[in-house]
Amino acid sequence: MNTENPLSPFAYAPAPESRSVVDIAPSYGLFVDGEFTEAADGKVFKTVSPSTEEVLSEVAQAGEADVDRAVKAARKAFVKWSALPGSERAKYLFRIARIVQERSRELAVLETLDNGKPIRETRDADLPLVAAHFFYYAGWADKLGHAGFGPSPKPLGVAGQVIPWNFPLLMLAWKIAPALATGNTVVLKPAETTPLSALFFADICRQAGLPKGVVNILPGYGDAGAALVAHPDVNKVAFTGSTAVGKAIARTVAGTDKKLTLELGGKGANIVFDDAPIDQAVEGIVNGIFFNQGQVCCAGSRLLVQESIHDELLDSLKRRLSTLRLGDPLDKNTDIGAINSAEQLARITTLADQGEAEGAERWSPACELPESGYWFAPTLFTGVTQAHTIARDEIFGPVLSVLTFRTPDEAVAKANNTPYGLSAGIWTEKGSRILAVASRLRAGVVWSNTFNKFDPTSPFGGYKESGFGREGGRHGLEAYLDV
Amino acid sequence: MPTTAPPLADVTASDSTLRRFLHGLPGVDAVGLEARAASLGTRSIKTTAKAYAIDLAISMVDLTTLEGADTPGKVRALGAKAVHPDPTDRTAPATAAVCVYPDMVATAKEAVAGSAVKVASVATAFPAGRAPLDIKLADVRAAVAAGADEIDMVIDRGAFLAGKYLKVYDEIAAVKEACGSSARLKVIFETGELSTYDNIRRASWLGMLAGADFIKTSTGKVAVNATPANTLLMLEAVRDFRAQTGVQVGVKPAGGIRTSKDAIKFLVLVNETAGGDWLDNHWFRFGASSLLNDLLMQRQKLATGRYSGPDYVTVD
Repeated sequence: MNTENPLSPFAYAPAPESRSVVDIAPSYGLFVDGEFTEAADGKVFKTVSPSTEEVLSEVAQAGEADVDRAVKAARKAFVKWSALPGSERAKYLFRIARIVQERSRELAVLETLDNGKPIRETRDADLPLVAAHFFYYAGWADKLGHAGFGPSPKPLGVAGQVIPWNFPLLMLAWKIAPALATGNTVVLKPAETTPLSALFFADICRQAGLPKGVVNILPGYGDAGAALVAHPDVNKVAFTGSTAVGKAIARTVAGTDKKLTLELGGKGANIVFDDAPIDQAVEGIVNGIFFNQGQVCCAGSRLLVQESIHDELLDSLKRRLSTLRLGDPLDKNTDIGAINSAEQLARITTLADQGEAEGAERWSPACELPESGYWFAPTLFTGVTQAHTIARDEIFGPVLSVLTFRTPDEAVAKANNTPYGLSAGIWTEKGSRILAVASRLRAGVVWSNTFNKFDPTSPFGGYKESGFGREGGRHGLEAYLDV
Repeated sequence: MPTTAPPLADVTASDSTLRRFLHGLPGVDAVGLEARAASLGTRSIKTTAKAYAIDLAISMVDLTTLEGADTPGKVRALGAKAVHPDPTDRTAPATAAVCVYPDMVATAKEAVAGSAVKVASVATAFPAGRAPLDIKLADVRAAVAAGADEIDMVIDRGAFLAGKYLKVYDEIAAVKEACGSSARLKVIFETGELSTYDNIRRASWLGMLAGADFIKTSTGKVAVNATPANTLLMLEAVRDFRAQTGVQVGVKPAGGIRTSKDAIKFLVLVNETAGGDWLDNHWFRFGASSLLNDLLMQRQKLATGRYSGPDYVTVD
């Protein structure tokens, strides 16, 4: 399955991670009030492995009645949970963090199977960050009075949370850890293509002895998410996903007293100046757009290169892309895994074809795609202008648009000329330029001489159509406190 | 004087043109460089790839003895081991070279006679390099006259750090000339003393401009020797130099690489940075003697399915 580096005789033998570390049951229920139960109307759906299209399990599909039941359970649990001293809540969170660490290999393999992303990423990025988020917010649970939101800030109540399929377990951690630390209870809906790690997390909650009803997990489709968001007894809505759905949620919530945070799409600009550390910039560009097959809201999907180094940088980038290894996501040497779903693959394909039709020049390294599963070769487009659709629309796939600029002013103007504002990158050896440019970029995160670096202590969120509110860090507490 | 390849000939016209060129090279971001080296270190090399890598690594070892107490007997033993590293298994490949002080070259040459193993010699007042140029050149000529196939020279780090790049360039060029057509020149930067990655990249280009056949990290005599990051950086330099001039230069990390696992990580760096063209002992070497025994033990393990122990490989 591996596409070998054509430049080299040194072919790595396949090194797949064993599937035997994870035991996937043939079917799963909803997790409501501490118990796994069937959906009220008995509906189920299948979850498949995107790299092989193999059916992994059958999962109960939540409907409106289930949402109501879960919110009621969360409401009931809220009374006791919010009354616990912060140090007691911290104990549960620390316990969850440690169990996540203990089971990290199992969870990494599970996530790779269900999502299609390489084990190298679930093992080295997702799982360590999941544990780190629980540890970090566990540390805050008994120090809320010192977080800068008044002497004794209060929780909001029941949090309804809807998360996407690109980082299923990590997005769960971003949502659940601060909610529990601040004394809220949770009803969470994972995405319909990646429900499994959330259900394993439900098991971890039981293992940690978390009181019943504090965390409820409702696998399901958009209708369940909509019912959850609209439920009158939900006090706080947190959503990560597409801008279109985010707008619909904002309309639903408008006029109610629910608090809302939205983490939506992005079209991040990665700006490379002519004095950049070129080799590291190439790595940063690759990491910016091909990490998780580009299915990252803060992906650096627009590369802005200073004109004087365009050719040199593109040569380096193409050579580097030729060494990327696409194939079996469970293989430890795989860099590029499968696209999450047939639907997403179709969207990427359509937008890439549109880029070509609009006159941008398309390039992909020689790369054999596996026969089954959903695959898209790493692709870059040169000769792109601000007027091209691929420079404006979020593709959410391994597709990089390359634009050029001549002056820092032009770079800033182009970088900001987007409806989004989630992330940006600056590559230069000149420290004063980093500060000068970063302060003018309208993006929630600006990385300098690096890209796609995450840490629980660092707040994350967007400008404009990329949403509002912050997750992570001290700022992340605010969204779950009555301040 | 050796001629620098045409596209870059004029950069060595004066001290200032050379300085401007070297300081105009792309900078190195230390965090990014080390992160890349670490991520390549997580490549999993197994089964057939591992067997191939171990044999390749053995064939790239410069088996070295550089002690004040070296004796002809020790050098002969080293030569014998270089030709047949594993006395219990004659299929084990020979090492690339034996590396000795200049006065031991003739002995080493005899010890490896009839094999493909090269004799390398550390000339130029190794390891400090603190001697007048004429003495360094005499050192080199003596080694070449005794039959050395390769000369490992140390650069004048003092001159480099003082920014006297043309002086360093002229010295390397003079040594290259003293090597004549028969010996290949490896230029040792002592990266641990250059202290910054930017300096290592500049030194790499300086060495290549002056005619180095190989660029080498270190002497193995200081605290910080070869690391995945500095080797990755030098691999980028040789790759870029070939792209610009058409001239291919080899790379030799030296010192501190002790285990097969480490050696394989370095091969991954070569494979994914410079590419397959560098994956043989004409273009890549390990300056690491204790590494050989670990490679041999791993090789025996792959052949027999069992770990042996230090007594199943020779001490020197």
